[in-house]
Amino acid sequence: MNTSITLATTRRILTQLRHDPRTVVLIIGVPSLLMILLRYVLNSEQRFSALAPALLGIFPFTIMFLLTSITTLRERTTGTFERLMTLPIGKLDLLFGYALAFGILATLQVLVAAGISLTWLGLTIAGSVWSLLLITVLDALLGTALGLFVSAFARTEFQAIQFMPVFVLPQFLLCGLFVPRESMGWLLRGLSDVLPLSYAVDALTQVTRSASIDGTLVRNIGIIAGCAMLALVLGAATLRRRTP
Amino acid sequence: MHESAIVVDGLRVVRGGRPVIRDIGFEVARGTVTGLLGPNGCGKSTLMRSIVGVQIVAAGAVTVLGHPAGSPELRRRIGYATQEPAIYADLTVVEALRYFAAVLGTPESDVDRVVGQVGLTDSAHTLVGALSGGQRGRANLAIALLGTPELLVLDEPTVGSDPELRDELWTLFRELAACGATLLISSHVMDEAVRCEQLLFMRQGKLLAQDTPEALRRRTGAPDLEQAFLRLIKEQESAAP
Repeated sequence: MNTSITLATTRRILTQLRHDPRTVVLIIGVPSLLMILLRYVLNSEQRFSALAPALLGIFPFTIMFLLTSITTLRERTTGTFERLMTLPIGKLDLLFGYALAFGILATLQVLVAAGISLTWLGLTIAGSVWSLLLITVLDALLGTALGLFVSAFARTEFQAIQFMPVFVLPQFLLCGLFVPRESMGWLLRGLSDVLPLSYAVDALTQVTRSASIDGTLVRNIGIIAGCAMLALVLGAATLRRRTP
Repeated sequence: MHESAIVVDGLRVVRGGRPVIRDIGFEVARGTVTGLLGPNGCGKSTLMRSIVGVQIVAAGAVTVLGHPAGSPELRRRIGYATQEPAIYADLTVVEALRYFAAVLGTPESDVDRVVGQVGLTDSAHTLVGALSGGQRGRANLAIALLGTPELLVLDEPTVGSDPELRDELWTLFRELAACGATLLISSHVMDEAVRCEQLLFMRQGKLLAQDTPEALRRRTGAPDLEQAFLRLIKEQESAAP
């Protein structure tokens, strides 16, 4: 690990984004727009407050997943990845550089979406706003890390986009948003138990309903962070300096 | 110090089930400009990838500056430029170079130096994606020059350049060699071969000849290098039908 190379990578990615202001506006704005849409579709503050925290986690997760998988794939297809692999940069330097850059963006995204939800849209939660923010930022980081990992298996941008429904939508269906996880059959429950988004939604639901920070909440937050880290390390393991 | 910059011994590379490099061996002396010549698809780029250590090889050994190709200690000492520019299109020339300089740990003044060397000072703050093809090729070359590497492996660095620019680039290559750098430069244009001290002629994954341009012309009795190359092909075909 080399911190200065990691930071240089983060700076480079943020500079690339600075030259693409439309993407930045989309990243920061889209989750907020979706939250506003959700609020008025449900047309009830109470129902909005029940669903909104989970979606505050899921929207950034999905967007960051897509964004990272496309960006890293582009790095491979344009040859810059191979060039970096001939230079003194560690695989983790590169991946942490990515995670940090997109983590900063994800934090901004979550701050804006959560801010709008908590003020204008009337979201009320029993737990602390800080736990809500921590969990949603971790969700976005998890999306980033999974996107980095999955991009290793995509050869084209078409494939990378298809991985979104493959990796994200099943988690979306199984995370307890539509049907409580306790009432699923054993197979679906088992699947739900191994998917990280389930723990994110559990944690967010708990923050909505209760003010207590208990062992379950801490465990769930730990699982999300652990999965993000695991996906990053697995992502590094899929990077190869030598290719056929 | 007198060891060769590159030693390739019995190299074989298979890509997609097809042999691309078939048992190649040669040495490149330090401080020389060596041209790697041959038609498109003859394995030049694969050979270069093997030398910089990003190619999985089936057999043989490649030793670069005294280390096995791909060794971590070589990553600061080799400059590599692929044929297709591998450079971030959504950064300016200087921004892209600063990133690669940071990865190499070279000072920022190095960025100005290489921008000047490839003649991109006027476009230093232009987005790479907005450059012309020739300029993008030079930006790609500039990255390889960062940190003053001992060995430069350049895959078709002059492709798409006009004659004047090509001449400037060859002057630069000779200056770099005069400062002690070793250059391996691929091309499929025979008129570039004259500018090299040593030539490697490749065809269908095999090495046809390694010699100086003058000696190759004399040996084949050909008026120019293009003819020399064609005669070498005939020789090879009659030797092994």
